Amino acid sequence: MKTWRLLVPLAVFVILLGFLWVGLSLDPREVPSPLIGKPAPSFSLATLHEPAKTLSSADMKGQVWMLNVWASWCVSCRSEHPLLMQLAKSNVVPVVGLDYKDKPDEGRAWLAENGDPYRVSIVDRDGRVGIDFGVYGVPETFVVDKQGVIRYKQIGPVTADALERKILPLVRDLQKS
Amino acid sequence: MRRFVGMAILVLSAVALAQAPMQKDLDARLKRLEMELRCLVCQNQTLADSNAPLAEDLRREVRELANSGKSDADIKAYLVARYGDFVLYRPPLQSNTWLLWIGPFALLAGGASIWYAIVRRRRGGDDDPSTSETAPAEAVARARQMIYEEP
Repeated sequence: MKTWRLLVPLAVFVILLGFLWVGLSLDPREVPSPLIGKPAPSFSLATLHEPAKTLSSADMKGQVWMLNVWASWCVSCRSEHPLLMQLAKSNVVPVVGLDYKDKPDEGRAWLAENGDPYRVSIVDRDGRVGIDFGVYGVPETFVVDKQGVIRYKQIGPVTADALERKILPLVRDLQKS
Repeated sequence: MRRFVGMAILVLSAVALAQAPMQKDLDARLKRLEMELRCLVCQNQTLADSNAPLAEDLRREVRELANSGKSDADIKAYLVARYGDFVLYRPPLQSNTWLLWIGPFALLAGGASIWYAIVRRRRGGDDDPSTSETAPAEAVARARQMIYEEP
């Protein structure tokens, strides 16, 4: 009876330790998106290279595609850029670039300098479409299925690990269905 | 002509004066609303306090929604649909937040009941005079007798 009672504080401590341990592995900057499993917001924006042309969400229906939010002022976009270039070369999935709150000239210059991995880039000058997509930092990447439903969101740069383990398997799965 | 200008100034200033309190009300309402919304970039600041570009954009959205006659609840729903419950400083009571709301009170109640149990055990059911804090009167009398009176 006495030893049992001594174990109670220990048990409470272990439970507390468990909570703290889990807390350490969570990234508070990663806000889970409520948009996953929901239809992608509709948009219609001018393209970066031909401002007279527009691309709308309806144009992308019927195929699996990715939306990559980037900007010429975004530093960590540079770290994911080689991966996006590789992805573009492999021709597995079309990637649409959303040039977020950027000056179009600077966006074009950035792509000319670093290479253009995008099927097409669209310009979100005032960040409204970004808000509709729940963007709160650049870069962010979305995977959208054939029905136009958002299936995955990568917050921060795409990593080789995320691409190999999550994004590409998901894309292949969605393309089959 | 001068009379007309005078009239015009009078009318315009009356309009401006009439609008000023409305604008003030709206500003106060927006301020109150923005104090309850979290900035996604600097996460421990409210939308009202933050200077992050996204916070500015979101304040602009909130203002426009308010100007178009949307209620506070509509505006919150608009932001929650995009950024999740995380934007609300006061999380709603729902299945995944009940622990958050009930937890502190449950811990308080648990602590109080343990405290109560300990106190009750110390007070009652303990007849051993050597450990009880106030000795029974007869024991005290007997002790006195032993000390002061020779047998």
